[in-house]
Amino acid sequence: MLSWYLVAPIAVPMTTAVLCILLATRRDLQRIVSAAGAGAHLVAALLLMAQVWQGGILAGQMGQWPAPFGITLVADHLSAVMVLITGIMGLGVGLYSLRDVDENRERSGFHPLYHVLLTGVTGSFITGDLFNLYVWFEVMLIASFALLALGSEKVQLDGAIKYAAINLVSTVMFLIAVAVLYGMTGTLNMADLAVRVPQVEQRGMMTTVAVMFMIAFGIKSAVFPLFFWLPASYHTPAVAVSAIFAGLLTKVGVYALVRTFTLIFTDDVGYTHDALLVVAGLTMLTGVLGAAAQNEIRRILSFHIISQIGYMIMGLALYTPLGLIGAVFYLVHHIIVKTNLFLVAGVAKRLTGSMDLKKIGGLYKSSPLLAVLFLIPALSLAGIPPLSGFWAKFVLIRASLEIESWVIAAVAILVGLLTMFSMTKIWVEAFWKPHPDGDDRSLSIGDLTVSERVLLIGPIVVFAALTVAIGLWTQPFLDLATRASAELLNPAGYIDAVLGARP
Amino acid sequence: MMDSLILRTATRLLLSLMLLFSFFILLRGHNEPGGGFIGGLIAASAFALHSIAFGPRALRTVLVFDPRSIAGVGMLCAIAAGLFSAVMGDAFLTAGWLHWGEGDAVFHVGTPLLFDVGVFLVVIGAVLTIVLALEEEDV
Repeated sequence: MLSWYLVAPIAVPMTTAVLCILLATRRDLQRIVSAAGAGAHLVAALLLMAQVWQGGILAGQMGQWPAPFGITLVADHLSAVMVLITGIMGLGVGLYSLRDVDENRERSGFHPLYHVLLTGVTGSFITGDLFNLYVWFEVMLIASFALLALGSEKVQLDGAIKYAAINLVSTVMFLIAVAVLYGMTGTLNMADLAVRVPQVEQRGMMTTVAVMFMIAFGIKSAVFPLFFWLPASYHTPAVAVSAIFAGLLTKVGVYALVRTFTLIFTDDVGYTHDALLVVAGLTMLTGVLGAAAQNEIRRILSFHIISQIGYMIMGLALYTPLGLIGAVFYLVHHIIVKTNLFLVAGVAKRLTGSMDLKKIGGLYKSSPLLAVLFLIPALSLAGIPPLSGFWAKFVLIRASLEIESWVIAAVAILVGLLTMFSMTKIWVEAFWKPHPDGDDRSLSIGDLTVSERVLLIGPIVVFAALTVAIGLWTQPFLDLATRASAELLNPAGYIDAVLGARP
Repeated sequence: MMDSLILRTATRLLLSLMLLFSFFILLRGHNEPGGGFIGGLIAASAFALHSIAFGPRALRTVLVFDPRSIAGVGMLCAIAAGLFSAVMGDAFLTAGWLHWGEGDAVFHVGTPLLFDVGVFLVVIGAVLTIVLALEEEDV
């Protein structure tokens, strides 16, 4: 019966999506179901996390078809913490969306699509089968295409087309790589692959397949040089949509990279992981430099997603225990911080009327609370102690110094400084500078209605509190990352959990 | 919509035939080629034909329910088929079976059938949502 812990986080948002479809005509009821479903998803994620924390890696065979023939769901500490963070973001952004997403978009199906998206993301984190991972990617992508285009504004369609085109390329690449890998090994169960891939004789071909997976997942996670779709599309949809995208979607790509390049493709580390390290450095640099040239808050933040992805890939590429601890820690920290910054940007737009830095200002004077709520994630993103981002960067840079990768360490520190520059720019332009249309053009939080204050500001406060909590009370989170990293570097436990103890 | 007497007359005949055939394919799918997906496509093309002959508004009357709700109910059937195994204490999606009769005349019915019916409805609902969206656009 333990396998139900794995099924629940997928089944709950799926059921919620269906109920939202059936309640399409009853707007109020649909909103309640949507919020309750997001809450139930978080509960399911918490139960899974608790179970994995106590009992170690949990595997379940769906339909009781034994691995490697059926579909296996597996949760190790990395999967569990990713599902948990998905649950937290899902509820926070879900509540925010109740006041952010307009009625027209709700009628076009925002709530069902939102939960389908959560289903796809959660499924990707829990599955133990490569083809099943492909299916969850598709579920997630279809929902994200629709969410991106919801509202049918011109800029949205422009962004959605770029997003769809490049992601389809990635999908095809993924599918071809899966097919070739299946042809070479005869299995797609990830644990079984971990056993069989080292036995394959054509090593050169295997490295080629590994690089194909790297490109496919690289496009999804927006690494250099395949990132251009992200800043082209993320600033266009409703704020709640871009916030959940910014938090979760690219991270699924990073998760897939971490999973496959610690479990399956670990044979030619000298080639694949060195390539990843170069990619990581270039991703950090191009992202942060791209951000410096932007003047719209969401576009600046979008470029920063790219540069931050570089840090996570760096942790994976270092391929040391400390490096992976850093990567896992960074994943969790970044999802919270980045989602929160997008939510703050949404409130800033509501108070001042725009997200273009040239057209707004005066927020510090009109609503100092929002200024504090912006500063916490912004400083954390740049890596200022004692916030969560400091520890994440600290662990990663220390990991690179330990194996004497001076260049990547220097790049990581430099990018941290440049991130500070961008955050200062938003701070000066949006908060300090007076509003170009006169002092009284910026509203304060007090001018919002009570429900807006609760649903828009509430999630931001909670996420900011989480950022501070991770920063000040780091040990439990580091313990979790340490456990996850240990499991990633020693896949025997994962393989045993899926295939059963072997002689 | 095409205004053609021949098409309308033929459609009246074909609609019921195609729906009947789609049920046949749906049920046959358990042991032989066929199943909910292909059955659903056949049923959906029957309704699409109706919409071409008589127009999208007539199709909405024939369907009674909104295609999106049909897809939703189908999805619910599929989830229910998966969750049924919880009652038996098995893993998600484990098939549960009922058997009637003896010897060669045993009749099996189980949750995979419910799952297939779910797929059938989802396909009909999804395809018709697209068809109606396209047809109603140019009115």
